[in-house]
Amino acid sequence: MSALIEFNEVCKYYHMGDTVVKALDHVTMRIESGEFVAIVGQSGSGKSTCMNIIGCLDVPTAGVYRLNGRDVGRMRRNELAAIRNEMLGFVFQQYNLLPKLNLMGNVEVPLIYARVPRSQRRARARAVLEQVGLGDKLRSKPNQLSGGQQQRVSIARALVRNPPLILADEPTGALDTHTGREVLGMLQELNRQGHTVILITHDNTIAMQAPRIIRLEDGRIVYDGDARSPEAFVASPLFEAQMEELQKMRAKEGGAG
Amino acid sequence: MLLLDTFVLALKNIWSNKMRTILTMLGIIIGVTAVIVIVGLGNGMTESVRQSFSAMGINSMSVSIWGRKSSRNATVDYMYGLVEDNPQYLRDISPYIQLTGGHTVKEGRDTYRYTSVYGVNEDYTAMANYTIADGRGLQYMDIKENKYVCVIGDYLAREAYNGNAIGEDIKVGPYRFEIVGVLAAKGSDPELQEGGEDDRIYIPYTVAMKINQTNTVDTYTVIMANENVANQAKATIEEALFAIYQDEDTYYVYSMSELLEQMNQTISMVVMVLTLIAGISLLVGGIGIMNIMLVSVSERTREIGIRKAMGARERTILFQFVVEAGTTSALGGVLGILLGYALSAAATAMVPILMPGESVAISPGTNAVLVSFGISVGIGVVFGYLPARRAARLNPIEALRYE
Repeated sequence: MSALIEFNEVCKYYHMGDTVVKALDHVTMRIESGEFVAIVGQSGSGKSTCMNIIGCLDVPTAGVYRLNGRDVGRMRRNELAAIRNEMLGFVFQQYNLLPKLNLMGNVEVPLIYARVPRSQRRARARAVLEQVGLGDKLRSKPNQLSGGQQQRVSIARALVRNPPLILADEPTGALDTHTGREVLGMLQELNRQGHTVILITHDNTIAMQAPRIIRLEDGRIVYDGDARSPEAFVASPLFEAQMEELQKMRAKEGGAG
Repeated sequence: MLLLDTFVLALKNIWSNKMRTILTMLGIIIGVTAVIVIVGLGNGMTESVRQSFSAMGINSMSVSIWGRKSSRNATVDYMYGLVEDNPQYLRDISPYIQLTGGHTVKEGRDTYRYTSVYGVNEDYTAMANYTIADGRGLQYMDIKENKYVCVIGDYLAREAYNGNAIGEDIKVGPYRFEIVGVLAAKGSDPELQEGGEDDRIYIPYTVAMKINQTNTVDTYTVIMANENVANQAKATIEEALFAIYQDEDTYYVYSMSELLEQMNQTISMVVMVLTLIAGISLLVGGIGIMNIMLVSVSERTREIGIRKAMGARERTILFQFVVEAGTTSALGGVLGILLGYALSAAATAMVPILMPGESVAISPGTNAVLVSFGISVGIGVVFGYLPARRAARLNPIEALRYE
């Protein structure tokens, strides 16, 4: 059986004027169904691009991305939309709830696009909101909720179609440590229930919650393996060099100022 | 996505921006109101023209013959025969001779300068939709024997004789006529009768010929079999006259329905031009909708990104915004129709006050309502399409990142 996610020499290039930015540079990896993986990297490492491609919001410039055995790079925009609806649940850093709709309305959105009849939609949305502990706030608007509660709504929305893959982009980024830990706990629980969870973060302490870590730097995988291994958090020589340079620059600025 | 869901969503969005929506709809409201009122006015005018024509007899034609000196003439019998031979097109005919020479009508010392005198046959009063109120109409013997008798209109009977005209004499220039009949009033308003159809004297045409010192009849009134054969009726007479004179410039046949048609065409033209002008307002309204929808799309970029991430197809997003624009302009259309009807009713009530004696019923009719509703929906859809397409084509990644 093929992996749930399979990257084979995936590249994503952006043209910025004359220069070509290699956001992903020949990335090859496999994520099996049922895994909990953290994709870690500093900003500019390509992790956001990686998430966009995994999330079928974007397609590779070169290489092959297979989701559940299907070649996403060859899909048309309509098929990508259908795949996102069916296979993926997104949890964003900024929650990305629709401010004008109440919680039910927000959670129903993916079901509307799946053409689920109204009564079933209601029942399903209610069920997942209860699952995340917001069964008493179905009619509230997102801005009446705390950040942690809003993130729970967004998790409920990600779950409502019962997709195999949950894609969480810095889900704790806007939350305090305590609430962040709660949200992580929910993601771990979802993983135990059988969902594949991919956590995208720049924060090592968050990434450590995942059994497997994929570390990206400059569009390349520099580590892929067990989160408990010390190597997982040792920066690559390239990174060290960059840090050194940065420190030199700071020192210079300090000297001048 | 289900149509109902889209529609509910559109209404929610419209409702959450009430003020903006009303301002956006204003162009459509004004445009539709103007169209409704103008079409209503056109209908009212057409109807009032039709009514005044049918009072004159829409089936009637007038035939004028100048003839040619020293040639064969169309005699009265020839014309009568023509009508008898073509019953499918022609029903009745009467000479219709206006007295020449400026004879004034007098009763005692009073002069009736606006009264006109016509020489006709025994059928004429019935042809012209008169009814006899008192006495009798002209008869065949009156005509054959050149009797100086007449029937008079309601106005004269009341003004000159206080209603007791039968048996009295009336002077037309130097000639004296005995009044044998009085016609019932045609015009409803007694104030407006003078000089009109109720201010007439009808005498035997043979007598009129003698007074005019002519031996030919040069004008006839002809009634066609029905309105639908107007063209054939006209052609029949023209052919018969051409057969005699061999010259199209020696006679002229003029039908009321032709005139009515011309009037209606003129009215339609005016209405069409005015509607087009009102249509410009609809166009401007449409552009307003497009503008606001573009603003709405950029305001809701993030929402669009979220919806796309949740699996909305381009077509679904397109549909959502087109429905929203269509709903906005349809609402504007409905408001415009209501306002247009209110204004029409108000104008209908105002006309008799501003112009005494006139009444025009300004009624736009269902067609105008359906068409202007359709057009306003259409405008929303057409002008909403471009912004909607922009929304549908947004890149989901950029849209999600949009602040």
